[in-house]
Amino acid sequence: MAELTAHEVSEIAHLAMLTLSAEEAETMRLELSAILESMTALAAVDTSSVVPMTHAVPMDLRLRADVVEPSLPVEVALGAAPARAEDAFVVPVVISEA
Amino acid sequence: MSTVAPVGDAALPAVLDEWEPVIGLEIHVQLATASKAFSPSGVAFGAPPNSLTDPLVLGLPGTLPVFNRRALELAVRLGVATSSKIRARSRFARKHYFYPDLPKGYQISQYDEPLCEDGAIDVLVGTRRMAIRLQRIHLEEDAGKSSHEGATSHLDLNRAGVPLVEVVTAPELASAEEAAELMRSIHRLVRWLEISEADMEKGQLRCDANVSVRRRGEDRLGTRTELKNINSFRFVQKAIEHEILRQIRILETGGRILRETRLWDAMGGVSFPMRSKEEANDYRYFPDPDLPPLVVDAQIMGAVLGTLPELPGPRFERYQRELGVSPDDARTLVSERPLAEYFEAAVAARRPEAAVGVRGRAVANWLLTELLGALNGDDKAIGDSPLSPASLAELVDLIEDGTISGKIGKDVFESCYASGQSPAAYVESKGLRQISNEAELLKIIEQVLVTCAKQAADYRAGKEGLFGFFVGQVMKATGGRANPQLTSELMLRALKS
Repeated sequence: MAELTAHEVSEIAHLAMLTLSAEEAETMRLELSAILESMTALAAVDTSSVVPMTHAVPMDLRLRADVVEPSLPVEVALGAAPARAEDAFVVPVVISEA
Repeated sequence: MSTVAPVGDAALPAVLDEWEPVIGLEIHVQLATASKAFSPSGVAFGAPPNSLTDPLVLGLPGTLPVFNRRALELAVRLGVATSSKIRARSRFARKHYFYPDLPKGYQISQYDEPLCEDGAIDVLVGTRRMAIRLQRIHLEEDAGKSSHEGATSHLDLNRAGVPLVEVVTAPELASAEEAAELMRSIHRLVRWLEISEADMEKGQLRCDANVSVRRRGEDRLGTRTELKNINSFRFVQKAIEHEILRQIRILETGGRILRETRLWDAMGGVSFPMRSKEEANDYRYFPDPDLPPLVVDAQIMGAVLGTLPELPGPRFERYQRELGVSPDDARTLVSERPLAEYFEAAVAARRPEAAVGVRGRAVANWLLTELLGALNGDDKAIGDSPLSPASLAELVDLIEDGTISGKIGKDVFESCYASGQSPAAYVESKGLRQISNEAELLKIIEQVLVTCAKQAADYRAGKEGLFGFFVGQVMKATGGRANPQLTSELMLRALKS
């Protein structure tokens, strides 16, 4: 597996909404490349007869009855909000990208 | 930002000889649960902002989702009703994107192992019944609502975490009309199954459309655009028609279609680009580690299968085949379940003598014209009809067996609609029985010919147009109770003698 390019790192950072300095980006590039390299090593193992596992515990999803319980009081819900207007959270507008 | 001017509908048919539209829809339906998908906050439209949240909805640390059994049952019901394959084990996935209406930083959805696949839905285009294939139906949670105020957005998370199903059709709708009918069919079906109220004004049914065009005969699909959030049947049709023409015009002038998301502006009747379409892997889906596989067991399947009503499509066929209802009337009757149930109750209440094979025809006529007309006038739903199905059946029987004429029938209908009285009792109490006794009618006819001797002479001298006048006089003398057909026969004989 070839090393990641700087461009690929910047795309991944963009998707994760991270701003990286050139220095950080280079550190990330090297570390992510090393992780991918380990994955490539794992990929060499023949797993064609192994069922994919996403959960370590053999357990099915637990379901709950459709019963309403009290919601948080509005004051509590908004308690940690950096900004509010009446009972709404206030956040910066997310600019849609063309 | 480029906009495209509206185009007249007249332009559509001509270019469609050469270009073939290919349309697929993604429809989100809010499931009618009392609480949210993964936490016990209530679900209500119009509640005060942020009054329906809990630590999970807010994405606070240390919380774990627990799925709502009712949401699963409702989604399985839709899957069964669309003949979908139901996965015994399906999986929730995280779909990542950063938007403030999604406090967790991801939406819980389903990706490569959805609950339902390979289904089909009945669509009535006019009175033609066609099956449109459904690629998948999956479960997911809704996001919150943001409203933009200058440089900031105001956020209400009441809707965040509300359970939805997303229904994805195969890209095989061939016109804007078919797309609008498909949306109507979904709307009808989810209401029929009591899965959702599907009130579009409350955002309980929302539609995105993928639209592309290609030259007729071409196998490869053209580049598609996605139209977001078209929230009425009318807008679906208009927005898609507009998009089809926009693409054709670009291609015909040598241009290229950009893969993009466009937002429909209903006020201006135009669409504009929203953002470049993110590729699926940009969402970085992965199985949600908090949620083990979702299992549909025999108990859930049994509960769903045991309560599934006969669906609109088969009823549409049966009403025509077995009950003699016209295709147009059958389409209207299956438009909503309470109306179909009323109709069936009325047909079942008819006397056994009623002609087999057309037992439903007159019931449909009276139901759809007189009763629905009156209910609409009073702004009432069929469920609030003051006239019971049995009473409507009685009225139809009284007319078909000749006890009363159709004209008197309308009076009886109006009185019984207003009073809730039984039509048979009303006809008896008011003496409205039709006069079909020849001797009785002849007496009245003789009387009319004496009173109107001058007109009788004119008629006999050749003014044959006066015939209706004489019948009218008999009707007047009997308060409309004379059997019209017999009266005409007897009158003709009397005038010719």
